Amino acid sequence: MSPLGAGSPIPPFSLKRAGDATFTEADLRGRTTVLVFYPFAFSPVCTDQLSLYDDLREEFAAQGATLYGVSCDAVWSQSAFKDKLGVEIEQLSDFEPKGAVCRAFGVYHPGGFPQRALVITGPDSTVNWSYQADSPGDLPGANLIFDGLQAS
Amino acid sequence: MNDLSSAPVPPLSAADHVRGPADAPLLIEYGDLECAYCAALHARLEELRGTTPLRVAYRHFPVRSAHPRAWPAACATEAAGLQGAFWELHDAILADQGHIEDPHLWSLAERLGLDVERFERDRRSDDVAARVRADFTGGVRAGVVTTPTVFRGDTAYSDAGLHSMVADWLPI
Repeated sequence: MSPLGAGSPIPPFSLKRAGDATFTEADLRGRTTVLVFYPFAFSPVCTDQLSLYDDLREEFAAQGATLYGVSCDAVWSQSAFKDKLGVEIEQLSDFEPKGAVCRAFGVYHPGGFPQRALVITGPDSTVNWSYQADSPGDLPGANLIFDGLQAS
Repeated sequence: MNDLSSAPVPPLSAADHVRGPADAPLLIEYGDLECAYCAALHARLEELRGTTPLRVAYRHFPVRSAHPRAWPAACATEAAGLQGAFWELHDAILADQGHIEDPHLWSLAERLGLDVERFERDRRSDDVAARVRADFTGGVRAGVVTTPTVFRGDTAYSDAGLHSMVADWLPI
């Protein structure tokens, strides 16, 4: 399984936001979005990753891009993780049915959690760029996302 | 807007803080003054510098959401640097990371004999913020994702790889 590549249409999907709202493919239309798939809330690498990306939110916004964290953790776990880290990046939950959206995007690890992957979607609801780390323990630099935004 | 796409680690420049013999092998460290692993590396590198030819350049990589005092601490060391005491304050902060609130920084500046009013003005200045941010963005472009990350030549080392690389420098 590999992440949806550039030019792929965004599949229909539904993720949970805090407060029981949903986030679907309709929320990607008309703008540039970076979906940051990460294995587990509170795991050490994910902590470093989201903290670093959060410090660069202004720079991402200047490129017209909004970041979202996506994991299979429950909304409550994600909210606690976000609060603990003190980050603003919104978290989206792929908890039930577990991993369905990760599978649709081609980033579900056989171990039962999201691969560490990045997917940039464009205003036309297609994938502009994607990246999957060689190992879930590898942390993709923020520079790779800016490379992806430039290539989009 | 800053370009944050991939780029090689910036070469050593006159703006860098560097210590050690000019002809010694160079390590460029990206660090965060509130990061405990950075304090541990600092202690090890200083120990090594006492016995081994080694040149160390320090660049700021404060991750604010993870370490809220890292940015003020980095700016404080730059302000101290404007009075010729960058390394003195850098070493003092890393030796006691539990005391880096503003009153502690003022106290350290006073202990180092700095003009505290100037220190206070400088550490909040746009120039100092830009200096710290330039280090940070240079690190982002070079792919730095965690601290400490050390470049030996063009190769970046962090986590276990960094420990192994530094261990190789230990005299037998």
